[in-house]
Amino acid sequence: MKNLILATGLALTATLATAQDKPVLTVYTYDSFITDWGPGPQVEKAFEATCECDLQLVGAGDGAALLSRVQLEGARTDADIVLGLDTNITARARATGLFAPLSPKPSGLDVPVDWADDTFAPYDWGYFAFVYDNTKLKNVPGSFQELIEADDSLKIVIQDPRSSTPGLGLLMWIKAAYPNKADQIWEALAPRILTVTKGWSEAYGMFLEGEADMVLSYTTSPAYHLIAEDDNTKSAASFSEGHYMQIEVAGKLKTTDQPELADAFLAFMTSDSFQSIIPTTNWMYPAKFPAEGLPAGFETLITPVDSLIVSDTDADKIRDEALAEWLTALSK
Amino acid sequence: MPSLQRAVAPMTNAQNPITLFKLTTGGFALILLLILTLGTVIAVGTATTFERGLTPSDWAAIRFTLIQAITSATLSILIAVPTARALARRKFRGRQIMVSLLGAPFILPAIVAVLGIVSIWGRSGLISDGLKSIGAEPLNIYGFTGVVLAHVFFNLPLATRLILQGWLAIPSEHFRLCAQLGLSTSELNRQLERPMLRSTIPGAFLLIFLLCITSFAVALALGGGPKATTVELAIYQALRFDFDLSKAAILAMIQFYLCTVTALITLRFARPTDFALGLDHPPRRWDGTERHTRIFDATLLTAVAFFLFAPLISVILRGLPPLMSLPHQVWPALLNSLTIAIPAALIATTLATALAALITALPKRTATFVESIGFLALAASPFVIGTGLFILINPYFDPFKLALPITVAVNATMSLPFALRIILPALTRAQQNYGRLGASLGMTGFTLFRLAIWPRIKRSLGFATGLSAALSMGDLGVIALFAPPDFATLPLTMYRLMAAYKMDAAAGTALLLVATSLALFWAFDRGGRLDHHIR
Repeated sequence: MKNLILATGLALTATLATAQDKPVLTVYTYDSFITDWGPGPQVEKAFEATCECDLQLVGAGDGAALLSRVQLEGARTDADIVLGLDTNITARARATGLFAPLSPKPSGLDVPVDWADDTFAPYDWGYFAFVYDNTKLKNVPGSFQELIEADDSLKIVIQDPRSSTPGLGLLMWIKAAYPNKADQIWEALAPRILTVTKGWSEAYGMFLEGEADMVLSYTTSPAYHLIAEDDNTKSAASFSEGHYMQIEVAGKLKTTDQPELADAFLAFMTSDSFQSIIPTTNWMYPAKFPAEGLPAGFETLITPVDSLIVSDTDADKIRDEALAEWLTALSK
Repeated sequence: MPSLQRAVAPMTNAQNPITLFKLTTGGFALILLLILTLGTVIAVGTATTFERGLTPSDWAAIRFTLIQAITSATLSILIAVPTARALARRKFRGRQIMVSLLGAPFILPAIVAVLGIVSIWGRSGLISDGLKSIGAEPLNIYGFTGVVLAHVFFNLPLATRLILQGWLAIPSEHFRLCAQLGLSTSELNRQLERPMLRSTIPGAFLLIFLLCITSFAVALALGGGPKATTVELAIYQALRFDFDLSKAAILAMIQFYLCTVTALITLRFARPTDFALGLDHPPRRWDGTERHTRIFDATLLTAVAFFLFAPLISVILRGLPPLMSLPHQVWPALLNSLTIAIPAALIATTLATALAALITALPKRTATFVESIGFLALAASPFVIGTGLFILINPYFDPFKLALPITVAVNATMSLPFALRIILPALTRAQQNYGRLGASLGMTGFTLFRLAIWPRIKRSLGFATGLSAALSMGDLGVIALFAPPDFATLPLTMYRLMAAYKMDAAAGTALLLVATSLALFWAFDRGGRLDHHIR
């Protein structure tokens, strides 16, 4: 048995040790980025065609876990780039002192807000939204207020902000839309909430099984069903308060041993070849629309009346307060 | 009838001395356990300085965790006892299959189990549909009910199997003697079954209690909101959301504390049985023939079968159509999972046997203490183990390159408490019954083991290995933190499919996972053979 383990271990080491002659750029990202269904494989191919290098995309946890990982590794990390943080966490990421400034800064972005960050560059973005089945739900609420006043039988399923990115997004959404009465909104919403799940997958799965009428997801979710499954029964509800944004970013670590290659990758990130991969693999809006435009189907998605976002420094400050309000309101 | 149940004498170990071999092998198992549990907590706790103490919501989480775990474990045991009794004393078609399938709910990945339970008990589930069709209100299980329902679903089968083992260990001669003496079902219960239950229930209760303590995704999803926050979620929050390692370590220590206290209390109630030796005849039961007990058993088994198998059937029906067109990535993942599960199961059983041999040779007090440590792995948070190992290993090795051996070692350790729970009673009985006889015949060491002990523990070893293998198959655990870029296990692939909106393919993968786990379980457990024959 020991020999088997040893042999497998050695075999694994041997595979990882090949292709050492080219410079290696290591990018830590979240798990779903690197799967065969995510952008990873295509991005790797496209970037390696532009450089004499080996791009290694490493799955190292989701959202906050990704940052914890590089914090744990500190100066010892092999990572050159971290890809997959969002603006709720960039202030904390910057405060760790592990990230180097961008050079050059990205320009000509199609992100609906001004991008002034000099440490992190965006690669995609989306709006949080409640997704529903348009063949089943008739009186679709058009705001948080209408959701609160909806029929008693209308139930939503959301994610826990402590363990999920959309969950945290909803926390910030309500805080951004109702800065002074977020706690009251949550308290009034409580009867609508069927349950709170650990992650997006559980919630979305329960929604698809018909357990809840609406699920917290993205305005781009219906695009998946339409484009990949030819199913137009899923829609996102447009809320008059506006929709909160998630902007996903990447940054270069100070400890990188490939600074030029890292800069080249970050520049490549907003190029057409990277950006055209994003919509139908990550199911988000590209940070810079490619020349050929968005894939057919994206034009059917709702366009929020207002893009809400809290600056990253504010996000870090109000996070704990918003969480406390959420816990109190939903624990009653 | 005092002769059947002799007064329990303090265990003397003159026939079962502590040998150097037992000390080193059992000691190795113990050290591995301590490194992965306390060692990783210390690594996490000392990685940063102390920042924040426990908040009121942490205390609420501790309270909720305790209450739901005690309720779930108690309810599981209360239903498991009559279920195991019915399975032990009834013969019916499908009994073998039912016992084999008892392993299934337990090995379902959390997310699959939640969807399965919801398909029966949810707002749009089978029962709610029935209620709606007669104009009644649909069920609403979300809340404390949902948490307990899910935990009983997971753990009732395990409790039933463990208690059933105890029933099958009662020598069939005892039942014959009871029948000859014309004892009624209730008298037989007092003479044979209650002493057996007293030796079996505390360990089973403890196991389930600990499993419920570390629940997180299931408790939250069916708990209806943050009221259902467990300590495990608080640990996750500290590690991931706040990056407050010292707080995670404190919470992890609280879990160990709860584990140790509960272990010491429950194991005190345990009294070893002292049934006289049987000749390993197959069981034949003369009791329980009264009409009302027959009706009771039949009703109970039907209800339990529906409760356990309806969600399972829903998982199967959901997964069958996409099973034919699974993405090609699942096959290497299946192979990887098997590469991890089989060695992990064999190591877990070996370590548990070594630890059990050490425990039976120790004086009672020390033995209880060591046995309690054997449960620690269950109270350990996988997130803390993962992070702790990472902190310990990263300065010296690339954790990715060690992903496979680390995962095997962690999975083996996580299964060890189950394996120990199964093997220890069998080994204790074999030692008590045959140790002296063997010693008087001058048999020692390996000969004694091969001729007297092995045939009496091999059924338990099979059960333990099967269960460990199934557990390792379904475990997401540390592989999520250590998986190298091109390496995925079956559960990891299932989660990745879900995260990519591919719920159908994920359902098919879940079915493949359950089927493979059950097949592994069945292969080692040899179909949960119920007979008393040892050869």
